[in-house]
Amino acid sequence: MNELRDLYQEVILDHRKKPRNFRPMENADFQADGHNPLCGDRVTIFLKVHDGVIEDVSFQGEGCAISMASASLMTEVLKGKTSQEAEELFGRFHDLVTDNGTQGGEGVSLGKLEVLAGVREFPMRVKCATLAWHTLHAALEHKNQAVTTE
Amino acid sequence: MTIGNIAAKVPMAGRLFDIERVRADFPTLQQQVHGRPLVYLDNAATAQKPRPVIEAIDHYYQWDNANIHRAVHQLSERATQAYEAARDKVQRFINAAQREEVVFVRGTTEAINLVAQSFGRNRLQAGDEILLSHMEHHSNIVPWQLLCEQTGAVLKVVPINDAGELRLDEYEKLLSPRTRLVAMVHASNALGTINPAREIIKLAHAQGVPVLLDGAQAVPHMPVDVQELDCDFYAFSAHKMVGPTGIGVLYGKGQWLEAMPPYQGGGDMILSVSFDKTLYNDPPYKFEAGTPHIAGAIGLGAAVDYLEALGMENVALYEQELSAYATEVLAQIPGLRFIGTAQEKVGVLSFTLEGVHPHDVGTILDHEGIAIRTGHHCAQPVMDRFGVPATARASFALYNTKAEVDALAAGIKRVGELLG
Repeated sequence: MNELRDLYQEVILDHRKKPRNFRPMENADFQADGHNPLCGDRVTIFLKVHDGVIEDVSFQGEGCAISMASASLMTEVLKGKTSQEAEELFGRFHDLVTDNGTQGGEGVSLGKLEVLAGVREFPMRVKCATLAWHTLHAALEHKNQAVTTE
Repeated sequence: MTIGNIAAKVPMAGRLFDIERVRADFPTLQQQVHGRPLVYLDNAATAQKPRPVIEAIDHYYQWDNANIHRAVHQLSERATQAYEAARDKVQRFINAAQREEVVFVRGTTEAINLVAQSFGRNRLQAGDEILLSHMEHHSNIVPWQLLCEQTGAVLKVVPINDAGELRLDEYEKLLSPRTRLVAMVHASNALGTINPAREIIKLAHAQGVPVLLDGAQAVPHMPVDVQELDCDFYAFSAHKMVGPTGIGVLYGKGQWLEAMPPYQGGGDMILSVSFDKTLYNDPPYKFEAGTPHIAGAIGLGAAVDYLEALGMENVALYEQELSAYATEVLAQIPGLRFIGTAQEKVGVLSFTLEGVHPHDVGTILDHEGIAIRTGHHCAQPVMDRFGVPATARASFALYNTKAEVDALAAGIKRVGELLG
């Protein structure tokens, strides 16, 4: 049960119930759709980027607690970051949830994203946790086609 | 037969066989997962294997491993005998008229692809229609779409009602002089619905239209008699009926198999080859190109023996009682909605929990040692029909128990406590 409690932490449950920045964005500079066809999770990421800095980010979608909380938390930490910092965060976040053992080190702090560390005990759920990030990556790369985690 | 009605008359169906002895036959069931006894309820995806099946495969590789049909040596003779004996067992199991009507393939999917290509490709042309239902598994949709791209034929989809039952009236309307083939699931993997196969076939035959049944979810759970059904093709997989993966069966009426061209070239499908002309072997060998899954076929034969020893009537009655009990117990859980409430069902309970995504349900149940399936079950059109992205699905096999159903219900309540 402890692993389950680690996975479904209060912060995650809170973000699932009240996702932050959960809205469409008019005049977004970039947007991308993500989809996990195996579980039916869907997410759309909207970005406003000025001079390489993410000024605003929002999302919409539906999915499991992990995917929705992950998307919500992601939007919270991205504001004010450069595209490059965002990509770097993605790499470190990926390491965090797949237990590549680099959390805590130097570079951009993962901050509140660390509540998703419990995912590493649930390899089947890594796709849920990273869907929003893969979609962000596609948006930053100016790819308008849908990405999937399959 | 109407299994549901018979089950109602046998309130003590548990006596039909000794469930504890049956469970003891399945090594995988004897383990703990996350410190809890495994409750395996993902049988519609694949069933666990009893010791006799595992031992038959083991025996083949330890003693009889050789290629079949060609060599004159002892091992090849034994392997050939065991492989062909498996065909006889399958023939008896589904009551095919001739052993030649039993073609070994990789599974249901390959069986359907074989019919689509070998039967359909030369026979269909632009404007012809293939009739499916809205509850098909992807494997009984996509091969027909490929065929449509190749021939210009079109798919027509028979709608289902809110309970997940086929609209027979709509089916009758959709059957037309343009219909060349009906391909329909016998029992739905996502909804559990048992289709009125005899009715479907009778109506099609009245118009001279052949019918393929996807029997992947029917064969493991009820007696299937292809002659009584009068179907033209019947496809199923061993791994869902306590046999090995990678082997399955295409049953086809002799007249069709004779007339169909080979599906793949090479190996046993050949009588003689010259660069000018190749003579093809007769069915079923015409469709068994290359070295087949010999061990798999032998394992399938052992699975048939195992199921026949229990009796498919008994299996059907037992699972029906279990499933009725589970429906009753789960229906009492607040926020639980069943997807698929047909009158005639196999033991598949697909459900959603209000406010909780099926994947979270699956993860939490897994921690209780309970294996269920979550997702769209390779039946996305069904999910669309019911307006859900996915469901949680508990599916039963002959070794499941009421105690496991109680564990499932308790697990679902834990989901509510954690995420509610």
